[in-house]
Amino acid sequence: MAVLSTDRLIFSLSDNLEIEACTYKYSPESRLKHMGKHKPGINICLRSSDNQWSVVLKIIKHYQEEGQGSEVVQGVLLGLVVEDRLEITNCFPFPQHTEDDVDFDEVQYQMEMMRSLRHVNIDHLHVGWYQSTYYGSFVSRALLDSQFSYQHAIEESVVLIYDPIKTAQGSLCLKAYRLTPKLMEICKEKDFSPEGLKKACIGYEHMFEEVPIVIKNSHLINVLLLDLQEKSTVADKHELLNLSSSNHLEKSLQLLMDRMDDMSQDIGKYNTYCRNLSKQQQQKQQYLQRRQQENAQRQSRGEPPLPEEDISKMFKPPQAPARMDTLLIAGQINNYCQNIKEFTSQNLGKLFMAEALQGHNS
Amino acid sequence: MLNHMIHVPVSILCFTANFLLIREIHVANVASTGFCQPPTSAGGQQHESHGDLRSLSSSLFIIILHFLYEIMAVHGPVVKIHPVVLASIVDSYERRNEGATRVIGTLLGTTDKHSVEVTNCFSVPHNESEDEVAVDMEFAKNMYELHKKVSPSEVIIGWYATGYDITEHSVLIHEYYSREAPNPIHLTVDTALQSNKMNIRAYVSSQMGVPGKTVGVMFTPLTVKYVYYDTERIGVELLQRTRASPSRTNGLTTDLAQVASAAGRVQEMLTTVLSYIEDILSGKVMADNSVGRFLMDLVNKVPKITAEDFESMLNSNINDLLMVTYLANLTQAQIALNEKLVVL
Repeated sequence: MAVLSTDRLIFSLSDNLEIEACTYKYSPESRLKHMGKHKPGINICLRSSDNQWSVVLKIIKHYQEEGQGSEVVQGVLLGLVVEDRLEITNCFPFPQHTEDDVDFDEVQYQMEMMRSLRHVNIDHLHVGWYQSTYYGSFVSRALLDSQFSYQHAIEESVVLIYDPIKTAQGSLCLKAYRLTPKLMEICKEKDFSPEGLKKACIGYEHMFEEVPIVIKNSHLINVLLLDLQEKSTVADKHELLNLSSSNHLEKSLQLLMDRMDDMSQDIGKYNTYCRNLSKQQQQKQQYLQRRQQENAQRQSRGEPPLPEEDISKMFKPPQAPARMDTLLIAGQINNYCQNIKEFTSQNLGKLFMAEALQGHNS
Repeated sequence: MLNHMIHVPVSILCFTANFLLIREIHVANVASTGFCQPPTSAGGQQHESHGDLRSLSSSLFIIILHFLYEIMAVHGPVVKIHPVVLASIVDSYERRNEGATRVIGTLLGTTDKHSVEVTNCFSVPHNESEDEVAVDMEFAKNMYELHKKVSPSEVIIGWYATGYDITEHSVLIHEYYSREAPNPIHLTVDTALQSNKMNIRAYVSSQMGVPGKTVGVMFTPLTVKYVYYDTERIGVELLQRTRASPSRTNGLTTDLAQVASAAGRVQEMLTTVLSYIEDILSGKVMADNSVGRFLMDLVNKVPKITAEDFESMLNSNINDLLMVTYLANLTQAQIALNEKLVVL
């Protein structure tokens, strides 16, 4: 599932209200001119004096209508950067990938949308993108690439991950992530070898940093909410207190097992690499020793020593496997484990509640 | 509902009286303003003299319309609105241009035989002045095309406007929309909160008047219902809870805290029920049989299982969960270890 890839990145400069489509060759000066010089945002605020509730609802609706099953739905987030807060004020969805003419359509679509939204005074600045996820499996190469290109262009951009399955279980699950600066550097250098990663001393926990989300509502929205509460007769369904957990657990564990298989394969590869490397070292040592012995013998016999051969050409070091995938898999596994632990702790609570209820009866 | 039932006999008289009044006012209105044609220069002079009549008639018309809305049975389809639409409407209202008193836009959704479901909307820039209104049709078409790419099943089903009244401009705009969609719905959202509430109403237009001579348009109200997807409802619930502090709410409460709050809500409901029962027992409130049956259902819903069976079920479940937790922790430790080993 190719996500917004780097050469289709679009962002807008505000002063002249121009919209540019650009590849990696963007102009940092113009971007800075608009953004001003400020520290990267560490706090996201789904803000509203303008209402951000609509963003949440739009994301929910988009998934509900278009992304059934394990398909991923994506869209663009629009907003502003204010001091140390990233305010997301609107969003629009991306059409699903079809077989025909994807490239041209996407760019065109984005530009048209943003131009039109500008007409109705909606913030049309790209500040990130959102994606739905299936049981929490979003740590992937595609996401990393997209987020990197976004963050490269717009420093404060985030990716909002919406988990519809967890939301359907009772409480809205919306998380915002950014790449840590360390990871940004590594991606920039594209140096994914073990030495490179060791230098940056990056671990799987330091790949993404989570940004806290705050939802603000305007007063008009509060009035609307009051109205809705009066008129809507939908009864609370209390899915949160549902005891049937095995389905969800099974699927999560299944995904975890798949990832672990990948991980073990990866580890196997790395191990073979290490072994090959050490074997080669040994061979090199042996060769050198033999050389020295021969040279000593020759000297004792009075012959000229053999010429030094280029050892490095003879023993080419094996290719170090790229460690990026391992990092991603580890991050994904970590994520799964976190989710599972959260889920089990909730369920334990619910089970104890059921016990209390039963205890009263008997 | 009960209130409506009570009001009906009282108001039927008023209704019939008003109906006659409506006809007269409509004829006068139509004559003086020409609903379906923009005022011509010849009628310009008439405007002066009929100005008072027009304002009086239109205000009366509005009053009657709202009165009718309360009591009339509704013909036409039921309008089901998703909260995302309302949120977008309020949002575009808050972002309107300087000097614009109201905002209009297109409604997208799906139609059914008996109902119309509104699932999306976008605002359309427009200028409104005393005698004319200009709507950016091109823009509307463009946006619709873009939206169609994402959700091809949505069609234009009508339009919305913020504000309390239906003005003459609305009629013109409605006409435009009737070219786009068969029988368009007109939705008004009262953002000015004229009656201390945000009235959300839907109308459908129908021809009326004296055929052959002057024909006008009347907006008949429709019932409005709110429909939610499950996940939408959860999102709305979250926001309801944070209505108290208008500024902040965190979308992420910790896992156990969520269960705790849900349990708290159930507890609240139980205390309400208990206090009601106690009131009945002490004779303060009359016992109601239907409520009593519900209560019996409630108590019987807790399944009757023998203690040992329940004990064993509970224990096996708890063991499963604990094992999974243990495995998850083990996995995490494992990958952490792996990480460190590689770096060595």
